[in-house]
Amino acid sequence: MKFNLGLGVALIAAMALSLLAGKVWVPPLAFTSADPRWLIIFELRLPRTILAALVGAALGLSGAAMQGYLRNPLADPGLFGVSAGASLGAVLALFFGLTAQAWLLPAFALTGAGMSMALLALLVGRSGSLIVFTLGGVILSSIAGSMTALAISLAPTPFASAQIITWLMGALTDRSWDDVALALPLIGVGALLLALTGRALDALTLGETAARTMGVDPLRLQILIVVGVGLCVGASVATAGVIGFVGLMVPHIVRPFAGHRPSAVLLPAALGGALLLVVADSLVRVAPTVSELRLGIAMAMLGGPFFLVLLLRMRRQLP
Amino acid sequence: MSFTVEALSLALGGRCILDGVDAVFAPGRVTVVLGPNGAGKSTLLACLAGLRDPDTGVVRLGGVDRARIDRHDLARRIGFLPQTADVHWDIDVLTLVALGRFPHRGRWGAAADDDAAVAAALAATDVVGLAGRVVNTLSGGERSRALLARVLAGTPEWLLVDEPLASLDPAHAIDVLDCLRGIAATGAGVVVVLHDLNQAARVAHDVVLMKDGRIVAQGPAETVLTTEAIAATYGVAAQVGVGDDGRPFFVVTGRR
Repeated sequence: MKFNLGLGVALIAAMALSLLAGKVWVPPLAFTSADPRWLIIFELRLPRTILAALVGAALGLSGAAMQGYLRNPLADPGLFGVSAGASLGAVLALFFGLTAQAWLLPAFALTGAGMSMALLALLVGRSGSLIVFTLGGVILSSIAGSMTALAISLAPTPFASAQIITWLMGALTDRSWDDVALALPLIGVGALLLALTGRALDALTLGETAARTMGVDPLRLQILIVVGVGLCVGASVATAGVIGFVGLMVPHIVRPFAGHRPSAVLLPAALGGALLLVVADSLVRVAPTVSELRLGIAMAMLGGPFFLVLLLRMRRQLP
Repeated sequence: MSFTVEALSLALGGRCILDGVDAVFAPGRVTVVLGPNGAGKSTLLACLAGLRDPDTGVVRLGGVDRARIDRHDLARRIGFLPQTADVHWDIDVLTLVALGRFPHRGRWGAAADDDAAVAAALAATDVVGLAGRVVNTLSGGERSRALLARVLAGTPEWLLVDEPLASLDPAHAIDVLDCLRGIAATGAGVVVVLHDLNQAARVAHDVVLMKDGRIVAQGPAETVLTTEAIAATYGVAAQVGVGDDGRPFFVVTGRR
């Protein structure tokens, strides 16, 4: 409880600070005066900060739910193909140059996410089986990934392929209130569905068989997970592109403090994910680089070493 | 409140696992299901627990067809301890045992008698001193008792246990068996699958002897566990003796 409160306070503080940070530093007093710089805050930085928190929370929560569901601390929300499906949708929009209207690319991404969710549901059927679920997700991911690569190589102009590659390395640059309005309801519903899984995830700690005899309905749980993670990750990719490692790292970091029970990890993972992305997005903004460092790259650069530390620690624990 | 199965048959992958099984389990008693590998013991237990539905036949709990009993109601009335009881996260014993209250809880809140039930389960299995330990750091014997405490915390009318003694030394095996006896003494019915004849003789009030998906014999342990029945079921020659405590013990002398 105290831990969640601490994370919440830290998140609010980080969001407030992130409004001030950037290529142009805006002093806090600009809010009260008729300073024109408040336009920067209100039209650029506020939606961007809110979107960073939303996307971070969605990815952290999805990661915690997936790790609890698969009972595997290395599970990632991208594992079952929804992330790759959303990417493919967005890449197709860029490939065909359908970027005249701002809503086209997110709409394509959401369609891609929805189609990969539907395909997964078709693949798994009514079995509720975990193995089929995981393998189905991996297969869908690799198919979508190969088609994304195909789109890059067949892009009509070098500009289009550069655009696709850049987009794939997610970022929150120049996001507007429209993006917030798109992401908020989808992530809200997704988060609600995932919150409903908490108790069943706790029971699943004892294995699938024991959980079933404790009254858990495996099919209902799977539907909640697929739709919940699908909405959260789909909306995240549609508005921010692919930002990896958040869903993998954050549940790991908060787990020892939250007490290892999967349901106890959900809220801190959401708060921690939001905090991580808000801080990281502020840092890429103030970093002294010529063009702004892509957030997806920054997270990947953080994620690699994190994995390494994790592996070394696991190796030490082996007999 | 009896637990019965009538004409239970089940085929898996074209192979007949249960073939017309009729059995009655009595509350307040420990019933041991015995039989060679592949006799259908674990499958029978899975049918009782509601994990598998039989192709034909009925499982009745207190006279009511199990298939008609609500999933959550069933979870409150039947506690099941699987053979491979994994604990996937580094939770402590108290958290593990509290999970046993799961069937009694509403969506968000805890039930009123949670703490009392958890404390009673910890005491009944003698793991009070381990409450703060992480389950995956316990020894085999401690772990078995902690897992049993999880099921007990649900205060089930029926306790179904699948081979709880695998990899336990004799002293810890006796602890777990005595624990099962103690649970039966409180009025709950205990059905346990075992492999070892002597452990069965120690704990069983009743024995269900199975072979090839059928029941060979069932009834009070002293009438079922005879050298003839063992020879017929397992295909081994056995001698029976009487221990200092008056219980029978078995020595398998070879294949028949």
